[in-house]
Amino acid sequence: MSIFHFINAFFSDGSHWHGYDGIPTRIMEHLQYSFMALGIAAGIALPVGLITGHTGRGGNALALIATAARALPSFGLLVLMFFWLGIGLTPVMIPLVALAVPPILVTTYEAVRTVDPSPVDAARGMGMGPAAVLFQVELPVALPLILSGLRSAAIQVVSTAAIAAYVSLGGLGRYVIDGLYQRNYEIVVGGATLIAGLALAMIALFWLVERLVVSPGVRRGR
Amino acid sequence: MRERSHRTGPGNPARRGPRPVTGRNIGGLNSPRNGLRARAAQADSRHVRKGIRALIRIESVTKRYPDGTVAVDRLSLEIPDGSVTVLVGPSGCGKTTTLRMINRMVELSEGRILLDGADITRQPVNTLRRSMGYVIQNAGLFQHRTIVDNIATVPRMLGWDRGRARTRAMDLMERVGLDAGLAKRYPYQLSGGQQQRVGVARALAADPPVLLMDEPFSAVDPIVRKTLQAELLRIQEELGKTIVFVTHDIDEAIRLGDMVAVMRTGGKLAQFAPPDELLSAPADEFVEDFLGAGRGVRRLSFFTSAGLELTTDPVVAVDASAAQIAERATDDVPYLLVTDADGRPLGWARAKDAVGGEGLDAAQLLSHGRPFEFGRDSLRDALDCAVLSPTGWAVAVDGDGRVVGVASQETIAGAIRDAHAERKGSADRKAAAGAPGGPGATGARRTAR
Repeated sequence: MSIFHFINAFFSDGSHWHGYDGIPTRIMEHLQYSFMALGIAAGIALPVGLITGHTGRGGNALALIATAARALPSFGLLVLMFFWLGIGLTPVMIPLVALAVPPILVTTYEAVRTVDPSPVDAARGMGMGPAAVLFQVELPVALPLILSGLRSAAIQVVSTAAIAAYVSLGGLGRYVIDGLYQRNYEIVVGGATLIAGLALAMIALFWLVERLVVSPGVRRGR
Repeated sequence: MRERSHRTGPGNPARRGPRPVTGRNIGGLNSPRNGLRARAAQADSRHVRKGIRALIRIESVTKRYPDGTVAVDRLSLEIPDGSVTVLVGPSGCGKTTTLRMINRMVELSEGRILLDGADITRQPVNTLRRSMGYVIQNAGLFQHRTIVDNIATVPRMLGWDRGRARTRAMDLMERVGLDAGLAKRYPYQLSGGQQQRVGVARALAADPPVLLMDEPFSAVDPIVRKTLQAELLRIQEELGKTIVFVTHDIDEAIRLGDMVAVMRTGGKLAQFAPPDELLSAPADEFVEDFLGAGRGVRRLSFFTSAGLELTTDPVVAVDASAAQIAERATDDVPYLLVTDADGRPLGWARAKDAVGGEGLDAAQLLSHGRPFEFGRDSLRDALDCAVLSPTGWAVAVDGDGRVVGVASQETIAGAIRDAHAERKGSADRKAAAGAPGGPGATGARRTAR
């Protein structure tokens, strides 16, 4: 029984494509958790990273927080939150957000901090205010690095969102966990394949976003 | 000759020549500025004096950092309107700090700076900065914006619509000598020299009366730097901005400055004078050392060649008859300068070889070296030509390259003595009359050779 056999069996079974336990439903659930966690993480990490990077202050504190957050075991945090908060989306979001914040925060801070100082000096000398300098000069140049932070956060979140199933939620983790309980390895392998596929899709998505939002002058300039 | 050799002071419209009037209002300075300059010119604003309005006036300004370091120490400068003032000095002399205090990139600790009579702290800092062009060493272009959008930055900030800002940007590209085809390129696709031109264009975009330039040409190679310097002088001839220019290169300071402020370590002013005066009368040993060797010869670039007595005796056309050659080749004339039919120089012929031969053979001529343009080039150029010439004679040409005469090293040496005497005389007369203002005669137009 090879993995390919399992994969083939999983995807060719028509019943896997329909209903509340069907592949499309599970993918949508999985993406919903992932993007929600990513959105919350970006909402926290981007402003903090942009401001600290712009001012150049608070870098040490950031590194400390990021290292601490990276040391948190996602699964352990999930179980802890589950016992504390009960069933729901919140106990799932907390470990996923904790996972996504450090890469976004650290790369955003570094991206803005390491922007060439001379255009910034020129911009200030021309009479741009701090917000204009940040959004019109620093951000466009820092964007590729910031996107790479978001991308690695997205890949990690998509891969880890499977743990939601452990606390009775949906997502592609459902296949893995149910399959393990039922000793149905066909479903386990199928679910794992889908998760990996989704992670790869994230890479493609971010590549596309970069093509769309990063100026050719910055993209080809590096 | 008198008129030509009278170098008019900074800000004098006469020196700038007729200002081209363009329909696009490029360089169309606000009329109050023109009036201001005219007043300054009437009073010959060669020196800092009470009563003359300078656009920028630095009054006893000190910059002290929290750790106690004094970057600029009680500096006072009056920056003449419509001219180039260069701040020059070794590193750590506070020249960049001084410049950056003018647009408040650095806040001064003591004293005050007046812009057009008003304290610069009286208006919002970003309004102040938008009224001054700012050019920095590495151009500091926005790499995510195209060239045209880089140049349009300040007009856009001032609320111009996109179309008008772009039209203005395209005009400026032409003005600074950039091909219009570069408009849609990004900065990384341009050479260092081109990027710096964009930097200058961007600073000029909103037509500010003041241009602050912080070592703008230091990062480009020497040949490009000379071109950029020449272009800056050309643009300045057209626009007549009040430019404050920081450099550590004394040659650049002398080439570009109408006034040069030499600063010494510790943020003190060592001397503030026109370049000609700096070279002829350095205030102290520090300035003398900083100016380096060859002051006397370098100063000659401020004397016009227009007063040089030329002779056309040894000049013959290549198709001259033997009789004509014999007539020219007297005992005083060991060499003949041979020209083509249009009067352009071909080379020198030995007089005794030419006489009695079968006409002039262009192949056997000695090189005439690089000629100087009579009236436009300086005595330094003329002397250089004479020194480099194999015959010891310099060839003077007109604007079209036609020979107007030749001058020997001795003739040039005489002209140098006369020019010095005249310069000293005019300075003495001014001193005797109690009039402010220094030596008045610098005729040669500065060329960025």
